[in-house]
Amino acid sequence: MIDFGFKISPSSAINMDNADLSLYEKVREIEPDISKCIACGSCSATCPAGRFSGMSVRKCILDLQRGKKNEVKKMLSCCMLCGKCTMVCPRGINTRHLILSICKLYKED
Amino acid sequence: MIGMIFILSYCLVALVRIIMQLPGNDRKKFFISLVTPKTMAKNIRDIFCDCLFHVKLWKRNKLLGYMHSSIAFGWFMLIVVGHIEVLLYTPHRAKLLYFPIFFRYFVAETEETMRGAFFFFLMDFFLLMVLSGIFLAMFKRIQSGVFGMRRTTNPSFLDLIGLYSLWAIFPLRLLAEGFTADISGGSFLTKSLNYVLHSFLSDHANMLPAWWAYSCALGIFLIVLPFTRYMHIPAEILLIPLRNAGIKIRNARKGLAKAEVYACPSCGLCIDACPMGVMKTHIKDTTVYLNRQIRRNNERRIEEISDKCLLCGKCTAICPVGVEGDKLRIAQRSLRKYAINQDYSGIDTDQLHVKGEKVMYFAGCMTALTPAISKAMESLLRKAGVSYSFMDRDGGICCGRPMLMAGRFDQARQMVEKNTEIIKASGADTLLLSCPICYRIFREKYRLEGIRIIHHTEYIAELIRQGRLSMDKGYTKYVFHDPCELGRGCGVYEEPREVLSYAGELVEATKNRKESICCGGSLGSLTLGFDKRKSMTENALANLTEASPDVIATACPLCRSTFVRYADRPVEDIAEIIDRNCI
Ligand code: SF4
Ligand code: SF4
Ligand code: SF4
Ligand code: SF4
Repeated sequence: MIDFGFKISPSSAINMDNADLSLYEKVREIEPDISKCIACGSCSATCPAGRFSGMSVRKCILDLQRGKKNEVKKMLSCCMLCGKCTMVCPRGINTRHLILSICKLYKED
Repeated sequence: MIGMIFILSYCLVALVRIIMQLPGNDRKKFFISLVTPKTMAKNIRDIFCDCLFHVKLWKRNKLLGYMHSSIAFGWFMLIVVGHIEVLLYTPHRAKLLYFPIFFRYFVAETEETMRGAFFFFLMDFFLLMVLSGIFLAMFKRIQSGVFGMRRTTNPSFLDLIGLYSLWAIFPLRLLAEGFTADISGGSFLTKSLNYVLHSFLSDHANMLPAWWAYSCALGIFLIVLPFTRYMHIPAEILLIPLRNAGIKIRNARKGLAKAEVYACPSCGLCIDACPMGVMKTHIKDTTVYLNRQIRRNNERRIEEISDKCLLCGKCTAICPVGVEGDKLRIAQRSLRKYAINQDYSGIDTDQLHVKGEKVMYFAGCMTALTPAISKAMESLLRKAGVSYSFMDRDGGICCGRPMLMAGRFDQARQMVEKNTEIIKASGADTLLLSCPICYRIFREKYRLEGIRIIHHTEYIAELIRQGRLSMDKGYTKYVFHDPCELGRGCGVYEEPREVLSYAGELVEATKNRKESICCGGSLGSLTLGFDKRKSMTENALANLTEASPDVIATACPLCRSTFVRYADRPVEDIAEIIDRNCI
């Protein structure tokens, strides 16, 4: 291929018809508060694992809603379950339980 | 008779199984401790104090203590005295276990010597004692408030059978002995009952049914015993030497955990103690119900109960037989399987190293959310002229305790190792912590030889004693809230109080020290959401403000941020208070 010195980035559009939302639905059954998230990012700002694995509960929730499981797994790999995100969440979401539920329900494709 | 054989063989099998379930080195430890004179003496003392006299219950409530010790001790003495009697009168038959029980029935004639009368008196005396205990027990079922208990447990069906047969045994025995008292002799109780009975039931034909009823009740009780809470009688005798041998829970269902579960008599003291108990919906999630569900192997409920608990440790602190509700739950949690297992090996500790001063301050995650505490702490250290380094000023690795509480030991261990690397590399000799959650795991799980681990309340007390901080005592009234992890977890009760008394007047909460009430914010609970915790926090606050203090003082960043949410007066950490009051 000819190198033009630039390239077109792959499309990041998500086709919601094809997205696999099963994990999100299962997690929502256990922790219904997940749908209360307003994506404020307080949890990400306070997370000590953010600098190690890019952990952010906000992103995890968004990714789950879009069926992007693998990203979630990567982020979760450094969560320390410290509970700071739960303490700062303005919506009172029990993010620790959310994280544990994802860890439990996650299935490799 | 059948009951007796059944129960003895059942207990023996259970005993051997529990001991076999212990890991090898624990088993060795247990046997060694059994023959070490010191622990032997302690075992015997504990068995007498706890199983027969229920010393701990006496301390809690006199009536409750009397009820238990009268039944246990009275019964024990009835058996012992009964045996002595048999030995004295019919030594050749003493080998038969059941003989003493029905002694009065078999032996029709005994001469009324002084010795005989004395024994009869003893037997009657203890019988009376047991009867009074049983009477109190019946009364307790109706009116538990008199015994200092607001709530008591809901017995299961088999428990009820056990309960009623236990209640029936002794009145029936009295009746039976009453019938035979004129043939075989008796004392003040049985003799007089005999006269009463004779006045309207003149012959001895009623004697047989009464003895039959008595032995049936006894038989039923012994047969249902293994399936009811009364299993605690043999289990507790095993639990005491196990505990004294220093054995810890290693398996969620076997070994010590099993002994603890079966040693629980469902007394229900943990229901009132549990901070979750303020909400009716959580009553069935207290330790007594955990024990019951574990006995029934009800996995769904076990999971629910163990995930909800705050791990405040209060049930463990007050339990009269020493069931460790919090540790049992952590063990249950450790059985969970997760598809995503955190792995911190990729974390490069080099970028987290701090230059070493002698004192290293580790604020911890929770303090990072309450910067007022770390600021006050830094200011105090400066005032006292301590040179220090701040390990996690720009964030660090969690201490691992929250992960440990979730039962994920492997992940917690990895964090412990990472932090150990950082601390060892810094060359510090003192590790100063402001969070009791960190403090506890640093004391229990970290191997930091040569490094002193100290909580800031202890450190401040030391600085003041050494005169490195001088205080200006004010007139503010403080109440100290004992954080679960600092008090029950690490046994630090005195230093925070000492420090506060330098700053102002100290008042006490109604329930304090070992019985302090969890703030409700604990990381121990996995499933409790914010809305559910509110009433617990309010309950804890009401307990603290009884003596109308001006300021609520605590020594834990998590308690502080939890209380601040609902408190009607200032809530501060000890470091903030001292920083404000020192010159
Ligand atoms: S619990 Fe996990 S996600 Fe939440 S702040 Fe701590 S490390 Fe981050
Ligand atoms: S803090 Fe709470 S509401 Fe905000 S993004 Fe995180 S989970 Fe969502
Ligand atoms: S766990 Fe302890 S306090 Fe609770 S019911 Fe059992 S023996 Fe009583
Ligand atoms: S540890 Fe605390 S919250 Fe958990 S059951 Fe015991 S008393 Fe209740």
